Amino acid sequence: MIRVVLPYHLRTLARVDGEVQVEVQSPPTLCAVLDALEARYPALRGTIRDHGTLKRRPFVRFFACKEDLSLEPPETKLPDAVVEGTEPFLIVGAMAGG
Amino acid sequence: MSKIRVLVGTKKGAFILTSDGKRQKWTVNGPHFAGWEMYHLKGSPADPDRIYASQTSGWFGQVIQRSDDGGKTWATPDGAPVPTPGEFPKGASNKFVYEGDVGTHKWYDGTQHPWEFKRVWHLEPSLTDPDTVYAGVEDAAIFKTTDGGKTWHELSSLRKAKGSLWQPGAGGMAVHTILLDPKNADRIYIAISAAGAFRTDDGGKTWRPINKGLKSPYELPDPDAEVGHCVHRIAMHPSRPGVLFMQKHWDVLRSDNAGDMWTDVGGNLPSDFGFPIDVHAHEPETVYVVPIKSDSEHFPPDGKLRVYRSRTGGNEWEALTKGLPQKDCYVNILRDAMAVDSLEPCGVYFGTTGGQVYGSADSGDTWKAIVRDLPAVYSVEVQTLP
Repeated sequence: MIRVVLPYHLRTLARVDGEVQVEVQSPPTLCAVLDALEARYPALRGTIRDHGTLKRRPFVRFFACKEDLSLEPPETKLPDAVVEGTEPFLIVGAMAGG
Repeated sequence: MSKIRVLVGTKKGAFILTSDGKRQKWTVNGPHFAGWEMYHLKGSPADPDRIYASQTSGWFGQVIQRSDDGGKTWATPDGAPVPTPGEFPKGASNKFVYEGDVGTHKWYDGTQHPWEFKRVWHLEPSLTDPDTVYAGVEDAAIFKTTDGGKTWHELSSLRKAKGSLWQPGAGGMAVHTILLDPKNADRIYIAISAAGAFRTDDGGKTWRPINKGLKSPYELPDPDAEVGHCVHRIAMHPSRPGVLFMQKHWDVLRSDNAGDMWTDVGGNLPSDFGFPIDVHAHEPETVYVVPIKSDSEHFPPDGKLRVYRSRTGGNEWEALTKGLPQKDCYVNILRDAMAVDSLEPCGVYFGTTGGQVYGSADSGDTWKAIVRDLPAVYSVEVQTLP
């Protein structure tokens, strides 16, 4: 199981508290974890990736193991620590303010 | 006794204001969807407890919400059920995908730019079927659901009405107004910022511009162009769906032939720039606007918040000021932020970018702030309940 941390507004939308866990098909890639997350929580479809293009929404970032994976291609394999469940996969709303 | 429910969309959530028919004491309920931009909420005329809401975010995009109990509880219309193993997740209630070849419209620099969905500005439920709703979206297009918001499909021929010539204004390019003709189910009027007004007479199969008589000498190289006019809002009285009133970027106009020709009825308004326009529930020739100083200064002239009422279908306007701030007021009233109830006398409501929602229980003669300190108000809709 892969641990996923969602930002506040997406937790509200998915009606969950805290971390969620999803079963990810092999190979465990960025795309696979998002597929699994949207399958488990359909209300999140279109909020992390665009419905049509499946491109990451511009102000959503993906972090794991202190690395920014946001710009990596969808087929990028998740870090071992995320796959093993010792580290979470973080979906983050980008900072915006002034 | 009748009840009033006012649905308020704001920059940071939705609020529901309720009162009995006297409209003196109000209960404020919310925020719903706290922290999200709520562009518009509207109830079904066929089932007032069915309410649709457009929930958007610069981070997380578009979500459609639906309530079946008058706003007490909400859910995405697909119900977001957990799919069985191997089942493709539904979750399509926020899926607004342009139909066919997406095509291009004119971009700010004059080049052609592909249509890109950004958000739903306006939701217009069918007059007869609670499961049918039209959505006006940015970039400008109209979508329709017939399954209560679970899935949406585009009425794509709208974009064939010279869509390649449409160009966004500073506020974007969105279908912000949808008027359904109560006497002719095949006739729909829509309006688009910086493109103009359009009409279908065949249920959305074909559309045509209805902008004759509009003049935009300071916005367009051809002031009489067929498309490109920045229409801010159009309104009608349900008893006379062929008579339309328009607040354009500049100019207040009316049409007596379903938009085939427009004439200026700004008359003695202190400024004919503004955003909302609405019609009295019982008097088809009584019209309301809120003049704004200019396109450069989006606040009331002289710092005085004045609603203007014409009882003559335009040209002759009177200022309505009782209960409204008459000094140091520099708020704006956005295009979807005015509505009327259908009680006697007619109630009129509007919301401001300063977070006030004002109501009048006497057709605009006197006003009172129902609530003062909400986030910036994007939209106001009213339901008159038995």
